[in-house]
Amino acid sequence: MWDNINVYFDILHKLLPAGWMTIKILITSALLTYLIAFIAGLGRVSQFSIIRTLTLIYVELFRGTSLLVQMFWIFFALPAFGVEFSAFWAGVLALSLNYGAYASEVVRGSILAIPKTQTEASIALNMTRWQRLKLVILPQAFRIMLPGLGNNSIELLKGTSLVSLITLGDLTYRGLIIQNTNLSYTVPVFILLLILYFIIALPLIILVRRLEASASKGVAKV
Amino acid sequence: MTKNPVQNQPLVKYEKVSKKFDNLEVLKGLDLEINQGERVALIGPSGSGKTTIIRMLMTLEEPTSGVIKVDGNPLWHKEVNGKLVPADENHLRKIRGDIGMVFQQFNLFPHMTILRNVTEAQVHVKGTPNDEAEKRAITMLEKVGLGEKIDAYPLQLSGGQQQRVAIARAVVMQPKIMLFDEVTSALDPELVGEVLEVIKEIAKESDMAMILVTHEMDFARDVADRIVFLHGGLIEEQGSPKEILENPQSPRLQSFLKRFLSTT
Repeated sequence: MWDNINVYFDILHKLLPAGWMTIKILITSALLTYLIAFIAGLGRVSQFSIIRTLTLIYVELFRGTSLLVQMFWIFFALPAFGVEFSAFWAGVLALSLNYGAYASEVVRGSILAIPKTQTEASIALNMTRWQRLKLVILPQAFRIMLPGLGNNSIELLKGTSLVSLITLGDLTYRGLIIQNTNLSYTVPVFILLLILYFIIALPLIILVRRLEASASKGVAKV
Repeated sequence: MTKNPVQNQPLVKYEKVSKKFDNLEVLKGLDLEINQGERVALIGPSGSGKTTIIRMLMTLEEPTSGVIKVDGNPLWHKEVNGKLVPADENHLRKIRGDIGMVFQQFNLFPHMTILRNVTEAQVHVKGTPNDEAEKRAITMLEKVGLGEKIDAYPLQLSGGQQQRVAIARAVVMQPKIMLFDEVTSALDPELVGEVLEVIKEIAKESDMAMILVTHEMDFARDVADRIVFLHGGLIEEQGSPKEILENPQSPRLQSFLKRFLSTT
């Protein structure tokens, strides 16, 4: 199995373009995920009960059903209602709505973790609701969010492999095709897939660690 | 001292103000007036409603009934067609700009430097240009003895230093009335003095009214024009520091002071 290093290079060569597709899906859906997470997370702590209820329904609906089924719905079932997405956008949308629901709970939790006394201090300075949120609550909540959101983005990367099931040519999809056409490649294909996913995750892991360090200024150590 | 635009009108007026937390009635129809520039110390056993009185004025607690007026304007209500209806956030913001507060636990913003703590609200709430706001903040921080610490973060300071920053943060907004909520209760004994000195200094230099909830009787004697003794959600007795501390009339005040002086 290990005797022919050229086999590995051959497979790697075929996998790399698909790796680019995985990265494109990851970046697009990560941006959309965090946008949704912030909107839904803030919605969950809104002063208006109608907004709280609507975002709660969204979060529980998308956390409570399977990501794969959501993806199938968007790609295969919605066209029956006249709504069509390309495989790329169907995949991105399903990933973002699903992971956004999880990440919104991280956003909500970290906002609620800021002591009420911080809000009181900003009321005493006569800040508006928006100023309290922007100047006092969110900057502090953000550093609590980072580990959770970082985890979330690494989970998201791994979730992208599901797009292979709606015909999108990502890493997993390409790997399965190579493996299907030559069964003796099974082990090298899956070894390379693991390594490639980890290499994509590595910058995320490092980025999260650095953000945590710089965001803890004035709070962690003296 | 600034003159009140309307003659004989108190700066703050509590009219039959009650506050219930669930079934616990903390205030039972309080009537209290604070004049322009007056310094009033609130004393009394814990649970007597002292802190609730100033938290309602800071709009942190809503009264269950009654009316609080600031400069003649209802705080928690606004007049619509001659009727008082509950105030909205805009109305509260308009009125509480005249009020500042210092908290027992300092409540500084931990993610901002000392300088930004004292600058931020000036810029965003009052619209002061950043340069000018920083200059004013530095002047104020020098006044409370922390000119050297402007680039530090709150958690790098001692409790006494943090509380002095909190005082600077509130005073720099130039409120008409400052509320002090047991501002030395969370401090180590050796840090109490520096904070009280700063408050005395500010009291001497400015003409702001002050309401001071405190357990420091000597401090109340030095700073206050009037001491109000609360018991069970009502004013039991009030008068000048001399009257209250040296010649208490009600048995409750007498025993409160006795217990107090014996424990300190």
